[in-house]
Amino acid sequence: MSIFIDEHTKVVVQGIGSQGTFHAARNSAYGTQVVAGVHPKRGGETWQELDAPIFSTVAEAVAATGANTSMVMVPAPFTKDAILEAYAAGIRTIVAITEGVPVHDMTVVYDTVVRDGGARLIGPNCPGLISPGKANVGIIPADITMPGRVGLVSRSGTLTYQIMHELAQAGIGISTCVGIGGDPVIGTQFLDVIQAFAADPDTDAIAFVGEIGGSEEQRAGEWIRDNIPDTPVVGYIAGFEAPEGKQMGHAGAIVKEGGPGGESAAEKQAILAGFGIPVADNPSAAAQLMIERLARP
Amino acid sequence: MDLVEFQGKQLFARHGVPVPPPGAVARTVEEAVSAAEAILGDGASAVVVKAQVKVGGRGKAGGVKVVRSVEDARAAAEAILGLDIKGHTVNVVYLEPASDIAEEYYLSVLHDRVNKGDLVICSRQGGVDIEEVNRTDPGAVVKRQVVPSERAGGLPRDIAMEVVTAADLPAEVRASAADLLVALFAAYLAEDATLTEINPLIRTPDDRVLALDAKVSLDGNAAFRHGDHAEWRIEGIDGDDPLEARAREQGMQYVKLDGDVGVLGNGAGLVMATLDVVAQNGGRAANFLDVGGGASADSMAASLRLVLSDPAVKSVFINIFGGITRGEEVARGVLGAIEQLGHFPQQLIVRLDGTNAEEGRRLLEEAAHPSIIPSPTMQEAAALAVAAARSAA
Repeated sequence: MSIFIDEHTKVVVQGIGSQGTFHAARNSAYGTQVVAGVHPKRGGETWQELDAPIFSTVAEAVAATGANTSMVMVPAPFTKDAILEAYAAGIRTIVAITEGVPVHDMTVVYDTVVRDGGARLIGPNCPGLISPGKANVGIIPADITMPGRVGLVSRSGTLTYQIMHELAQAGIGISTCVGIGGDPVIGTQFLDVIQAFAADPDTDAIAFVGEIGGSEEQRAGEWIRDNIPDTPVVGYIAGFEAPEGKQMGHAGAIVKEGGPGGESAAEKQAILAGFGIPVADNPSAAAQLMIERLARP
Repeated sequence: MDLVEFQGKQLFARHGVPVPPPGAVARTVEEAVSAAEAILGDGASAVVVKAQVKVGGRGKAGGVKVVRSVEDARAAAEAILGLDIKGHTVNVVYLEPASDIAEEYYLSVLHDRVNKGDLVICSRQGGVDIEEVNRTDPGAVVKRQVVPSERAGGLPRDIAMEVVTAADLPAEVRASAADLLVALFAAYLAEDATLTEINPLIRTPDDRVLALDAKVSLDGNAAFRHGDHAEWRIEGIDGDDPLEARAREQGMQYVKLDGDVGVLGNGAGLVMATLDVVAQNGGRAANFLDVGGGASADSMAASLRLVLSDPAVKSVFINIFGGITRGEEVARGVLGAIEQLGHFPQQLIVRLDGTNAEEGRRLLEEAAHPSIIPSPTMQEAAALAVAAARSAA
């Protein structure tokens, strides 16, 4: 098994420009069912690179193809409307890759789609997710990983690839890897993914990559201690060297000056250690921790 | 983007949040003296001289002084300009007519990351550190979450009234405080702010309420629909590194740091991890620079040029793990930048992996440029970059 996406996933792509097409074609080549593209002015055309139909709206795409998952790659100013459109069309797994979406837009989206809507929204500002051997929705380079039994959840895209790559080199594969995104408001939290991994019979261990800012890592850590204390869990928190008050790229990656505390990498590491969860000092060391942990009888 | 006080007050005024009568900004003692002359000449009995820095606790640090004469204004400006407040140098002061204060309250609207909504906070205890009040007397701090469906047409006045009543603001000012909160919330929404804070919100002896201070953070991601926000960027206000300003103009995610290893990579997390690994190898990063997704040869060249233009940079660690950024684009960018830059003394340690990385590595190897040292792993690349910086120093 895997979480959120698998061989039954049928993807409609919102945003079929050059980047959207490049990655959708990669997803399709990996074996993911990419069944349609959506473009308001190109309905009725064929999406040549994917050999798939283009529809004017998500609703039409769903009606014609049975799409059950949307990949959103439209520019930031249109992301709110694109996600709301996918939701209104009945899609309940929405993967928003786009970065730079305003916080107030996401507050409205979160309320409608997640809090009141019960849909699974991954992102925005995320690399998407992959269930190796089954489906890849987003921009994760699939050839650096393989099917396996470790679940991976991360706020950072490229850092996730790093860890997947190092695990793969040690012969360790992945059940599902979810990049939840680096924004202050994201649809799926660390804890949501970890709970899904805990319920997945084919995930035996969990690796996570956190970042400075916010407190989601701590919340997830507390749940792990209370509910799955015997599951091997290791992690890394990026940003030990990040100065206070500076936003480090991701909109959510900031340790507030005079803030509530607990937002720095060192503080998160200490808090998680208190929950019995080892947090490495760098990504390679995290991969190494997992490798050692799985080798233990 | 954080605004300083006088900018925040201008923003408040646009949305009908009552603020003191407008004053003037001064960068020199002489400018401050003429501003004080004008304000006192207009009939104000006192002038307040306030440091414009993006950090709290200005009063305690000596960054706020009330004066009644031009000579005292001169002394105040001399004392405050150049003052260091928690690492922020005061380059600008704001002078405005001093307000008569009967009481001080606290009021803010902010984006609440935990609950993913908006949060209104109000307290009868203002002019003090609200976090401290929250710790010592949590009952005195009223918090009201607002979900989007409640505020589609702005904050309803009955919610505003409920908040100021719960905070036990005196009956005489409740109505005007509720009106002010509605206006503050409108400013927060209309300007795509993530924080609008008034501390203190004052009651004047004639029972008006005014924002005596203003702390505003604007969402940089919403800049596309606020062309006017760019005007809030004023050079030299506070902690504005010239390289950071240049990077911002070019749309780059750049933060200046205090080491000598230039760092650029794709993805905020990877770049943060690169800083960590450089430190663990005994070095210090000179900067954080995320070249982002879909980096073209041109944007790579621009990034590299920016990092190399920092005189503190003794070596450069380029750390790319390809997802959206394809390896051959990175390689072409590095080679193109080198061609454009001509001679430069720093070694570039390049670690390339991921999407089309082999193609990228092949291009770099074929170029066989003496300044480029390819490296397969982050750890090894970090060690090489630190060593190169040391031998160049």
